[in-house]
Parts: sequence; structure tokens; C-alpha cells
Amino acid sequence: MRLLADIVLLVGAAFTLLGALGLLRMPDVYNRIQAGTKAVTLGALSLILGIGLLYPQWWSKLLVIALLILVTNPLGSSTIARALLIAGVKPWTKTSTTAGKERES
Amino acid sequence: MKTPANEATDGTLAHGVFLFLLLFTLWLLLTGSLDPAELIAGAMVALAVTLISRPHLNIFTGLRLTPGAILPFLSYLGLFLVELIRANLDMARRVLTPSLPLQPALVEVKTELQSPLGRLILANSITLTPGTLTVDVLEDRLVIHWVEVPPDLTIEDATRSITSKFERHLKGFVK
Repeated sequence: MRLLADIVLLVGAAFTLLGALGLLRMPDVYNRIQAGTKAVTLGALSLILGIGLLYPQWWSKLLVIALLILVTNPLGSSTIARALLIAGVKPWTKTSTTAGKERES
Repeated sequence: MKTPANEATDGTLAHGVFLFLLLFTLWLLLTGSLDPAELIAGAMVALAVTLISRPHLNIFTGLRLTPGAILPFLSYLGLFLVELIRANLDMARRVLTPSLPLQPALVEVKTELQSPLGRLILANSITLTPGTLTVDVLEDRLVIHWVEVPPDLTIEDATRSITSKFERHLKGFVK
């Protein structure tokens, strides 16, 4: 049980790390939101699951936390993205530099 | 809104009961004890909150509260978890690929769901699935940021590949 919990916790940490890496590597704010939201949601759920395996007596409160994260995380991301769109932030598009393709302005 | 008066009151009662049960379950999970005193206190608080907030809280009226709604709900949950994990693997692959494979654009898709709750759940599901982020909801259209848009995409194609798999299950338990 201890080993399983450790693995799940590690997976959660790994996904969170990937989310952070995504924030650094992505070209614009919308892609950053995408990377951040998905990775952090699953990362947080894994961490919660891991804690639940270590401390089974906390399962009810952990369940509430997990549900709250599941509902509010995507909602918050969508709201931020919507505000950005309304504020006029244009999504990044790939301008191809390879020969033979048209370069978009 | 468009329903006749008697149907609306039926819905109100059933949804009131649903809200009460939801709040009571939340209380049970938070207190984590089955002590009778706690149960009575929880029931009273849940009842009070239900009675006070019920006239203003219309979001749950989109729910279908029939026994037939349970199976679609469970299959939706299963699909959602699978998609969430796929989304993360997909994002991990993109982030870790040195060339950063992205072809992002905003696309619009249509939804057949009528209720605000249904659209809310759909929008959240889309945000947590591979490569898509809901940016705005305009009536029956969802504006979606998609990290890898296939070339020559029509609104029907986008609708089919993004929303349809969720809608099939969602229609079973929300309007």
C-alpha cells in the first residue's frame, strides 16, 4: 500500500512538473492555460489519491477537495481565456518558415 | 422556462430534494461522522439552505432526475476520466517534443444541449480533454482553442470530433 501510494504521488508530481514545463515552453497564453490546466488537474487528483492511500481515514474530505478541483479548475481556465479573448489577445498561430509554404502576416 | 406550470412545480420539488440530498452528502463528507447529533444538525442546515436558496438557484433544473439517468452519468464519468488521462499524455508529449508540435487556432462548435448546467459540464469536459480549451459559450456555440487544428476544418467536423462523444452521454442526464 505504501509503495502504491508513493508511485501515485510521484506520478502526480511528475504531471505537475510537466505542467510547469508546459508553462515555460508554450508560445502563447492560451496554450499555456491548456498545459497548465490539464496537467495540474490530473496532478492534483493523483496527489490527492496518493494521500488517500496513505491516510485512508481522510477519504471523505479528500473526495470533497477532488470534486472541488475538478469543477473549479477548468471553469477558472475558461474564464481567464474568455477575458483574454474579450480583451483582444490574439491566439498565436504558427507562421511557417519552411520553403514552399506561404508566410502569413 | 418553456415548461407548463405544473411540470415546473414538479421539477422544483424533485430538484429541491436533489439539492437537499447534495448538501446533506456534502455535510456528511465534511464532518466525517455518523453521530446522530451531527446528522440532525446537518439535516437542519441542509434544509434551511435548500429552502432559502431554492427560488434563486435554477442551475439544477437542467438535470434529468430519472432512474434512466444513472447509467449515462456513470458512462460519462468513465469517458471523462479516460479523456483526462489521454489529455495529459497528449500534453506531455507536446511539451517534451523539442520541436513543440502545435498548430493552434480558435474553432467554433455547436452543442445540442439546452440547459446552462449541461453546457457548463460540456464546456468543462472540453477544457480537460486532449488539446482543447473552452474560451467562450455563445448560446449554442462554444468557442474552443484547439492546439492542433487539422487543415480544412468545417464546423461540423469540429463538432463531431470535440463535442459529440460527450454529448451522447450527457444527453442522458442533462437537458
